[in-house]
Amino acid sequence: MAQKRINSPVSIYSHYAALVLLALITLAPIWIMIATGFKPDVVVQSRDPVWFFFVPTLDNYEFILTRGRFDTYLWNSIIVGTISTVLTLLFGGLCAYALARTDFRGRMFTANATLLVRMVPPAVLAVPAFAMVIQFSLDNDLAVLIFFYTALNLPFAVWLLFGFYKQIPVELEEAAIVDGASPLQVFFRVLLPLMKSGYAVAGIFTFRIAWNEFILALLLTGRSTRTLPVGAAGFITDTGVEWGRIMAMGTLIVIPPLLFTFFAARQIIAGMTAGAVKG
Amino acid sequence: MQKLGPYFFILPAVAVMFAGLVYPVLQAFYLSFFDWKIGTDIDDAPFVGFAHFIRMMSDEAVLESLWVTLRFGFWTITIEMFLGVSLALLLEKPIRGASVFRTIFILPLMVSPVVVGLIWRYLFDARIGWINYYLGYLGIEPQVWLGDAQLAFFAMVFTDIWQWTPFIFIIVIAGLQALPSEVLEASKIDGANWWQHIFFVKLPMIKSILIIALLLRLIDVFRALEVMFIMTGGGPGRATEVLSLHIYNRAFTTQQLGYASAISVLLILIVFLLSLAILKLGNPMKDKADI
Repeated sequence: MAQKRINSPVSIYSHYAALVLLALITLAPIWIMIATGFKPDVVVQSRDPVWFFFVPTLDNYEFILTRGRFDTYLWNSIIVGTISTVLTLLFGGLCAYALARTDFRGRMFTANATLLVRMVPPAVLAVPAFAMVIQFSLDNDLAVLIFFYTALNLPFAVWLLFGFYKQIPVELEEAAIVDGASPLQVFFRVLLPLMKSGYAVAGIFTFRIAWNEFILALLLTGRSTRTLPVGAAGFITDTGVEWGRIMAMGTLIVIPPLLFTFFAARQIIAGMTAGAVKG
Repeated sequence: MQKLGPYFFILPAVAVMFAGLVYPVLQAFYLSFFDWKIGTDIDDAPFVGFAHFIRMMSDEAVLESLWVTLRFGFWTITIEMFLGVSLALLLEKPIRGASVFRTIFILPLMVSPVVVGLIWRYLFDARIGWINYYLGYLGIEPQVWLGDAQLAFFAMVFTDIWQWTPFIFIIVIAGLQALPSEVLEASKIDGANWWQHIFFVKLPMIKSILIIALLLRLIDVFRALEVMFIMTGGGPGRATEVLSLHIYNRAFTTQQLGYASAISVLLILIVFLLSLAILKLGNPMKDKADI
């Protein structure tokens, strides 16, 4: 690993200095959100930015947690995120396995089509989804969101899991088949345990998309089925914007993606770069 | 049974992707031939043939939002690629603590686009926004950022650069660090200086990564609408109304579902062509099966 490199014009000190500066630029807006959520309204409304020194208050959190319908939104987001993630991993895993391990008529077509539909813009789904909801009277039904999030996430999950299956030596499965295991047994007993990290990455990406998605959720949910991003956007009204409360809500929404990032940054980066670097 | 096996495995995923992605696209195509308005029964909607498509070609609102999308894509991607690639080339050397920085750099990508929009709407706020405050130190008068066509467009570009430059940076670093060391050694032994090394060795070797990153970003410019939706709603006028947002507004604000479907056919065509370009560069799933 310790290869010699052509001397870069960047010394080790300026290297760190640059990284620290970039990190600060990246973090500043996120920090401002977190801080603003804990500020009393007087501080928020004053024209002078306050970075650190203010008397923190939980007023904003108290408001959104008790007077809004935060618990409903949270519950909806958790349900939609969890179920669509489980379905995506289950269906996507089976599909990726077949694509990685068997050859069948239509295999190339399936692989190419999967990659093509990955890019379908949510805005294109909006009108047809709306039509479907009207036609089958599905408004106020979380199942619609779960269905569309599963569909939106499957292409990427299939593609990512395909790469992970490819890395597992075929001999392991062959040995199991010789021992008399059925295809399903091979899948669940032999492969699944080796695929843990693959499924973790795919799961993080899927859950994050479902958790963050806004436009379909805005369109397809009613009062009792709203998810968190829709709830947060609802704080912007024509009569005024309660920045303290909005930022508190934003902070709460960002907690799960932030936790994923801190605990699985390496895997997330692997998933992000896999597309460009290996391809 | 053995022959049908693979089909059972792919069936659930293929069925959901068909019903949830392919079928809606076909339906959008179908709906584009009807003048369907919100609140009316879809079966009563009059058939209008290609009228929507003909109207679209001279519809200033559609052309303007297409133009906004292209300009937005041009500025954001050019700046993001320049910044991301330069920073990656300068800072690629593996150093202690690199993983901490990388963790920080992916944060903007993990934050919900709605929240990104909310944060920057606050920062660009004309009255209490932090950006106006700090520009005051430079002697710049407070601006109504999101109320002026050009400034609002700039604010969108700025926000996008904050959010997406790290993506380019991380992808390019990963590509650079995966380059075979023999080639880099050879270039060094041949006496290339730092600039030659960059322009004649490294950049050509990561060309495909750069192209894929560019295409991915371009597709995303055509797909994303949340940040604009939250910060400006597409306004003022149509200054920040990208094509996706225009479709949404057409469908659910002006309530022309059929016409909006026709515009989404245009959008899907653009995205489809860009995706084909990516596919041409290689589908990793094309490798022959091992069994």
